[in-house]
Amino acid sequence: MHLPSGFFLDHAWLIPLIPAVSFWLILGFGKRFGARAAYCGIAALSAVWVLAVGAVIQWIHRVNVADDGKGGTVSALGAFGRSLARAEEGKSAAVAPVIHATTWFQNAGVKLTVGTQIDGLAVMMLFVVATIALLVHIYSFEYMRGDRRFTHYYAALSLFSASMLFLVVASNTLQLLVGWELVGLCSFMLIGHWWEEKPNSDAALKAFLTTRTGDIGLLCGVIMTFFVVQRATGTGSFDILAVNNAALSGKVGHTLLLMCAVGLMFGIIGKSGQFPLHTWLPDAMAGPTPVSALIHAATMVVAGVYLGARVYPIFWQGFQIGNSHVNFMAVIGGITVIIGAGLAFVQDDIKKVLAYSTISQLGYMVMGLGVGAWTAAIFHLFTHAFFKANLFLGAGSVSHSGSHHSFDMKKDMGGLRKYMPQTFWTFVIGTGALAGIFPLAGFWSKDEILATAGHGNYKAFLIVGLVGAFMTAAYMTRCIYLTFFGEYRGGHSGEHAHGDVAHGVDDAHVHGVDDAHAVPGFGSHDDGHGAHEPHESPPLITVPLWILTFLSITAGWLQFEPGLHLTKFRDWFQPRVAFPLPGLFSANHVATIPDVKFSAGLATISVAIALAGVGLAYLFYWKRAYGQDAAAHNALLGAGKKFLVNKYYLDALYTDGVIAAVKGPIANAAYWVNQYVIDNVLRTTGRVATVVARFVYRYIDQRGVDGIYNGTAVVTGESGGLLRKLQNGRLQEYALFILIGVAAVALALAIRF
Amino acid sequence: MAHGFDAWALSLVVFTPIIGLALVLVLPRDDEGTIKLVTLVTTLVTFAFTVLVVVRFNYDKTDKLQFEVKKSWIDVIHSNYHIGVDGIALPMLALSSFITLLCVIYSWNHFPEPHNPKAFLALILLLEVGMNGTFVAQDLILFFIFFEIVLLPMYFMIGVWGGPNREYASIKFFLFTLFGSALMLLSFLAIYFKVDVPGVAGGHTFDIPLLVAAGKGGMTHGVQLLIFGGMFLGFAIKVPMFPFHTWLPDAHTEAPTVGSVLLAAILLKLGTYGFIRIAMPILPEAARSWAPWIGLLAVIGIIYGALGCLAQTDMKRLIAFSSIAHMGFVMLGIASMTTFGLNAAIFGMVAHGLITGMLFFVAGSVQHTFHTREMSRLGGLLQQAPHMGWILSFCAMASLGLPGLAGFWGEFPAILSAFNPLSTIHQTPLFRGYMVVAAVGTVLAAGYLLWMLQKVAFGAPKPEFADAHIHDVGVAEWIAWTPLLLGIVALGVYPNIVFRVTDGAVTSLTKVFGG
Repeated sequence: MHLPSGFFLDHAWLIPLIPAVSFWLILGFGKRFGARAAYCGIAALSAVWVLAVGAVIQWIHRVNVADDGKGGTVSALGAFGRSLARAEEGKSAAVAPVIHATTWFQNAGVKLTVGTQIDGLAVMMLFVVATIALLVHIYSFEYMRGDRRFTHYYAALSLFSASMLFLVVASNTLQLLVGWELVGLCSFMLIGHWWEEKPNSDAALKAFLTTRTGDIGLLCGVIMTFFVVQRATGTGSFDILAVNNAALSGKVGHTLLLMCAVGLMFGIIGKSGQFPLHTWLPDAMAGPTPVSALIHAATMVVAGVYLGARVYPIFWQGFQIGNSHVNFMAVIGGITVIIGAGLAFVQDDIKKVLAYSTISQLGYMVMGLGVGAWTAAIFHLFTHAFFKANLFLGAGSVSHSGSHHSFDMKKDMGGLRKYMPQTFWTFVIGTGALAGIFPLAGFWSKDEILATAGHGNYKAFLIVGLVGAFMTAAYMTRCIYLTFFGEYRGGHSGEHAHGDVAHGVDDAHVHGVDDAHAVPGFGSHDDGHGAHEPHESPPLITVPLWILTFLSITAGWLQFEPGLHLTKFRDWFQPRVAFPLPGLFSANHVATIPDVKFSAGLATISVAIALAGVGLAYLFYWKRAYGQDAAAHNALLGAGKKFLVNKYYLDALYTDGVIAAVKGPIANAAYWVNQYVIDNVLRTTGRVATVVARFVYRYIDQRGVDGIYNGTAVVTGESGGLLRKLQNGRLQEYALFILIGVAAVALALAIRF
Repeated sequence: MAHGFDAWALSLVVFTPIIGLALVLVLPRDDEGTIKLVTLVTTLVTFAFTVLVVVRFNYDKTDKLQFEVKKSWIDVIHSNYHIGVDGIALPMLALSSFITLLCVIYSWNHFPEPHNPKAFLALILLLEVGMNGTFVAQDLILFFIFFEIVLLPMYFMIGVWGGPNREYASIKFFLFTLFGSALMLLSFLAIYFKVDVPGVAGGHTFDIPLLVAAGKGGMTHGVQLLIFGGMFLGFAIKVPMFPFHTWLPDAHTEAPTVGSVLLAAILLKLGTYGFIRIAMPILPEAARSWAPWIGLLAVIGIIYGALGCLAQTDMKRLIAFSSIAHMGFVMLGIASMTTFGLNAAIFGMVAHGLITGMLFFVAGSVQHTFHTREMSRLGGLLQQAPHMGWILSFCAMASLGLPGLAGFWGEFPAILSAFNPLSTIHQTPLFRGYMVVAAVGTVLAAGYLLWMLQKVAFGAPKPEFADAHIHDVGVAEWIAWTPLLLGIVALGVYPNIVFRVTDGAVTSLTKVFGG
């Protein structure tokens, strides 16, 4: 039967279009807009939010209708409609995505499309992106007040929103790639927002180039998705549904699927900050803090995870996750969980703590996908977006009103809970959610990942997850201690040297010294940030914080299984077609995703471990149980700390090793070959020709030739003379003679043939 | 055959500049205003004729020659005045008359030293004849003549208005191209004599469609390989492909801005167009044997060009090396001999024309403003001339193949085509290796372009220019650049503008290649 669609599902193309229009408006009216640029952006995002929520509601309606038994079979789903089984007893009904597409380009007469594919995953992501983007737009109005490139900032935010939403609604992998690169561009623009200072533009370049390194794999992977479909159906396609169907069809060789999965995985490693390409993400903190919250915590960096979820059957089959093979994806995710968390311990910069924490949490998601916990990984993406955005915006609030635009916890913070109670409490709740404390959002999603990791060959990843949970709780407790407890260490505005240059510029720019750059519409940009006591941030900052805090508490309750038996996240957002789910995809004996139930025992253990982390950090920092600085007195700890402070020497390897080699010796060698080898061949040829000609002219033509050789002599003599003329720049004649000569040779050859 | 206006359309597109040229030549040298006006009107009218052709073109039959004219010309060698456009030629023809018009507009107040607008503009008009003619010629001799007409104006442009090292650069450019042309002509003659074409007087012809239809015409594989080799050298030098590229950086570095733009945007495409129009369709068997080698040189060019870029300190020379890399993608697409590859190649030619043309314009204006192109001396362009800075950033992004802008649609399908090249080449695994190498090239492209951007546009102005009064983008520049910038966006957002035109022609062409 026909499942209900609806305006919001059918017109999803409006969602990326609106912020795109906003971008062009802000760009077009530029400085004349002044502060109004923000209104333009906020209005656009409000509209987007309404559309996104509408899409969520209509999608849920669609699912409910199907589950009420009125739905059932779905016909004409790409080429593999036949493999979609009827809803079985106790199983979910198949719900087809709402797809609208139009021609983008054509090849060999085949039209390749651009369009929207709206399903559970897409509407969930739309809600996340729209919500956080809107809050960040509002928050930035206060945070970026008086910035010299205020309008540029909002233009870039709008462009980012448009690109990210384009990526989310994409109906094919090529479109995903387009959105993927465009969000990368926006990330580049916003990290380098204060490009006058080299560290900022360095960070921007690093982000772009590192992710693009991963994109080598993505490019190849996306290309292979086209051929996966071609193998299965005879006609290539990038359409996500077709790709997923083809991957599960059993008609595609495992090697191709494996290569495709590996390629796409490289893309995920680059974009989603996975080891070993995670190094750009901490540097990306050079951008304005709201940008870090939006792009580098909640949305863009999860694009990789989103991609993994979108074409999951490729990974499922390629990495044989169904047979619980320990695979590339799970291993990379697992490593990232631990190395990210480890680095978060030694950061003095609050944003970098959060950045490494993001890396670690992204590791959870990728690991989740790698061990077959699709729903759990995406659920974690969902909850993490809220609490991590909350934490980042909290850090922004601290720097905005508490620490004079510094992010250095050790130099400029401490004791802020007295001055900024709202920021403090929202931050603490966000931390609780991140650490996985019951009943906050992170608890539910992390626990689902752990529960799934426990099956098959994946037990080791359960341990990794638990260790990660312990470390997370501990480093976040340290972060809270340094920021909000103890004595206030700041208060010397302008005095702090900013060991981290990337953030040192915040002050100068936000509260610009140059009136010429002041943005019209704000009047004076001195909002009273001289040497004064830290204070609470204004409502434009705290209200978004509380909204995100609310979501950090409640977002996990969609899967409130104990007692309430809620599995709404799974019911609503898990794909119902072309997906290895029991009862939904029974063709070709594809292994299906395990149906994991909430485990009270595991939940208790993980909360206990998180609390142990908090407790240990409490002993360490509040009680000084291990002395002032244990690392200074213990050689092993000292070495470990040094290793961490140097970021496992990966940055050194990349910057001083790979990049320096390519830019320096390798490029120079290539250029040397160009100038002195290839060019020399030419010069030598020219010289030899001249010498030969001269010889012929002098010794053969002038002296030795007479009589019957006259004819030859004329020609060679002419050419010798011409070569000399060439040196005098008489080129045209030379050219003419070459042509005549060639024509003569040609005729001779032609007759001979 | 076409009738009425259609019968004259292409001849008008090709020869209108000759009329302008004659007018310019009789005008006194001091009457700069009139000279400029005449040139502008001429290129405008030429462009208008091109637009008419584009409008009247039948897009349902892109594989058929349209606006075709075939008149006997040199009877002795059975060479005809045979012109026409199909879906492959049309985008190139449009690009050529479009870019020439913009170059004339840009020249309005950017004449290089020694100041001589009359000679300079006359050469541009002559150049346009050659370029437009090459893209419509359907006869080998006609093609060759137009191909060679292009040579002289560019030689003088570099040699007279070039930089300090102009003599060396112009002679190098000339000799290189001439060397290639000579071998190309040799191959053309060999084809004439060796291919038996039934149904024409004498059994031999220079007519391209007839030669394509005739197939190998009794040639042994060895002969085909040799003939293809001659054409390969002629076209590969023009493209230029590694290792025949060394004339290009010198020519670009020394050439005046407009010369560089025309060189990059149009002249290089004569080579790639020659592969698609002549070498591969006439000698498909030989093309299949050569394809792995062409592909190899293409991917070497991609990496090598990028490395060359990384070693540069001169902005313009960097852009010149980037052309080698970009043309590598075009050639990779061509080497795959698939619809994807050829579509990508033509798109890549158009995109590269717009983007790199634009980059050379900006580099020219930077030099005009700062009197240097040394990147170490520049900096903070975004502060001193924000519009120019943004345009440079935009072009850099387009050049590195950012999706949503034109460059992407030349690169991506070309890389894709390497995954599954024409099966009868029998080198699929090798081409998959090329695919990965080409993908690596996209990262290097991002590297050299962003590092250039960082040095030139970001940061603060260097002390030497800190107090200088810097002119931002002027009126003539805006008029010349805006269409390019819009074109880059339009093609990027809706690539079917080009693919719709090329696809039919390319699809029928690949049938000739054999599967």
